[in-house]
Amino acid sequence: MAISVGFRHGVHPPEEKELTNQLPIRRMPFADELVFPLRQHAGKPALLCVKVGDHVERGDTLGEADGFMSVPIHASAAGTVVDFDWWPHPDGSMAMAVRLKVDRYAPQVARPRLVPRWEGLTPAEVVQAVQRGGVVGLGGAAFPTHVKLAPPKDSAVHTLIINGAECEPYLTSDHRTMVEYAPRVLFGIRVMMRSLGVLKCVVGIERNKPDAIEAMRAAVPADLAVEILPLTVKYPQGAEKMLIKAVTGVEVPSGKLPVTVGVVVQNVGSVAAIAEVFETGLPLIERIVTVSGHGLRRPANLIVPVGTKLRDLLAFCDGLTADAAEVIIGGPMMGQAQANLDAPVIKGTTGVVVLAKNETREQRSWPCIHCGRCLEACPVFLNPSMLGDLATVGRYEEMSANHLADCMLCGSCAYVCPSNIPLAQLFQASKTALRRQLATVQ
Amino acid sequence: MNESSAPHLVVTASPHLRPGDSTPRIMWNVVGSLVPVIAAAAWFFGVSALLVVAAATLGAVLAERAFGRGGSLADGSAAITGLLLGLTLPAGLPLWMVFLGGAFGIGFGKAVWGGLGQNVFNPALVGRAFLQAAFPVAITTWPTVGGGFFTLKGDLFALPFMHPVTSAVTSATPLGLLKFEGKGTEIASLIFGGRGGSVGETAALVILAAGAYLALRDYLNWRLPVSIIATVALLSGVLHAIDPHKPDVPFMLFSGGLMLGAVYMATDMVTSPVTNLGRWVFGIGVGILVVVIRVWGGLPEGVMYAILFMNALVPFINRATQPRVFGTSLRTTT
Ligand code: SF4
Ligand code: SF4
Repeated sequence: MAISVGFRHGVHPPEEKELTNQLPIRRMPFADELVFPLRQHAGKPALLCVKVGDHVERGDTLGEADGFMSVPIHASAAGTVVDFDWWPHPDGSMAMAVRLKVDRYAPQVARPRLVPRWEGLTPAEVVQAVQRGGVVGLGGAAFPTHVKLAPPKDSAVHTLIINGAECEPYLTSDHRTMVEYAPRVLFGIRVMMRSLGVLKCVVGIERNKPDAIEAMRAAVPADLAVEILPLTVKYPQGAEKMLIKAVTGVEVPSGKLPVTVGVVVQNVGSVAAIAEVFETGLPLIERIVTVSGHGLRRPANLIVPVGTKLRDLLAFCDGLTADAAEVIIGGPMMGQAQANLDAPVIKGTTGVVVLAKNETREQRSWPCIHCGRCLEACPVFLNPSMLGDLATVGRYEEMSANHLADCMLCGSCAYVCPSNIPLAQLFQASKTALRRQLATVQ
Repeated sequence: MNESSAPHLVVTASPHLRPGDSTPRIMWNVVGSLVPVIAAAAWFFGVSALLVVAAATLGAVLAERAFGRGGSLADGSAAITGLLLGLTLPAGLPLWMVFLGGAFGIGFGKAVWGGLGQNVFNPALVGRAFLQAAFPVAITTWPTVGGGFFTLKGDLFALPFMHPVTSAVTSATPLGLLKFEGKGTEIASLIFGGRGGSVGETAALVILAAGAYLALRDYLNWRLPVSIIATVALLSGVLHAIDPHKPDVPFMLFSGGLMLGAVYMATDMVTSPVTNLGRWVFGIGVGILVVVIRVWGGLPEGVMYAILFMNALVPFINRATQPRVFGTSLRTTT
């Protein structure tokens, strides 16, 4: 294997991947009721296009895209719309959501081909088809994929980077996707490369997934210039800027997008999703979710219909253990703890992790002792110790002068802080406070 | 899953994983690493060493209890201050003075600044500087090594503000000998201990071993002791080469409180720079000052003042050595 590459700083939380990284992906059956928030992606929420009482088939549209920076939402099962109201959202807020009573006796066969075949489509038609398929980035941020396929005209994109780092502890959905669906991932890469007009693609995979690296290498077609690049195992290797640094050696300028250095980054699950909509003709209505953690009885990698409530998902995995303490959507480093198990799996849900009591953070913290560990951890070279001091006294302007905007909220600093100072939380709150200040000024 | 089977869930901010280390754990590890140093002190100075260290620790801990935030004793930092202060004192110093030094170090070296993490100066050295100023004679009365384990040195039990009657056998420290009498000291006794000096400065090897343990576990930053020791070695080497009457390198390294200061005092996280570059600057600064004070200053020992002086510069060093932000050519400003 070639030498692996990485970035400077970062942290090494326990990986905990062995709970699920050898478990084949299985399918989760339809729950009795599914919930579809209209806001599941970055950009504008979808616009409702069904009424209470309507019957829908699997794959039918529930909400239309609201402009270019938006994608539609589709029903992941046949059933009846029973409600449209506020519902707990996995980001911790409430959101308007369609509730669907699943038709128990429907064969759940989708209507044929909502999305056309890829072969023969023009680049503009591909963008349109991907948007109609409701495809978003499946790595967590849920950025509409079709927008990435249509970069600004004046940008010279030369490399497509596929993010197979999966650096969050516990999560293995991308890993299993690469092992089990490597040809599909490569078909998705082909679609993206063609659309972007790039000739070069690099797939970055952390070295702790040798089987994925091997499967991907074996699946690279002869006519596609795709390099499979093993990466150092380190958090947050999967952060866009860190990945670009590891692959190209270039730092994306502060405040700029990857396109400025000629790169587009897409995550493994998302390219597989692009391939899937063209292969099956079905929109994005299900995704692969890792359900894991020491607080869960039976960890698994599952194909889960979008809209499945956490409650049903956890029950399918035999429920929580007696010492389960915290249910997190996403990974334990950046994920969102859930207060309400009625929140559904949405398109951006990479995993559900149930932490046991002894893994969760203590409540109490100590004063900053200036040990400097947070500076050594921060992958964008900020001074979290100083930013934390400023945050506690509310000096937000000074924080922004000290590059708060470059903070990715990756949590590396808080993870290593021996004083258990909730640095990432402070920074998130400071960013929100700054945005509010800015809004009131304007 | 039915409602009743869902256990009590907590909802906290990310990151959700518990880090491997905690501040009290760091502090108590430092305390633990001092056990062999104190044992070595007891070997050389007998029970007097233990009494001095205990009195200093008692003073520091009681002051923390009185002035610190509730429960702040548990973080272990006050205990470190007391132990370290005790190790810098002569074995025969009256215990009431020692106690006062410990209390002063915590009270004025830490509590008035706002407690753990807020102080600019190393509290143990603040206590030491206070004693130096208040009791200049007593603190430079160095009892000899040896005698029975239970032989009390000096005037340990002198009553407060009674003038100590210096009846015990005393000896000069190697640095004092050199400075004021022009006499050298066997290098072996410098390295392995067993010469005049403060309670804890006499066993360089034990201190170095303890420091290596702490550095390996990332409980102290190796850049500090390495830069200090290297600077002192280099500078005194050059000076000795130019003028052989100046002390040579091994003497400079192993005499006085250099090892104790480099390994335990300069590495206090709160009062040393937070950036790695800053740590090099700090260490080199301490090293230069130690040599300058010892060679040209009026005092035989320079470590304490060198570190206290550099402590005062830490905010500026931090500001000048901020990291370069990713994707920019800029450093953070404050
Ligand atoms: S959360 Fe922000 S400050 Fe902390 S390590 Fe990540 S990027 Fe740096
Ligand atoms: S890791 Fe925590 S205690 Fe250490 S310098 Fe950073 S904020 Fe302070």
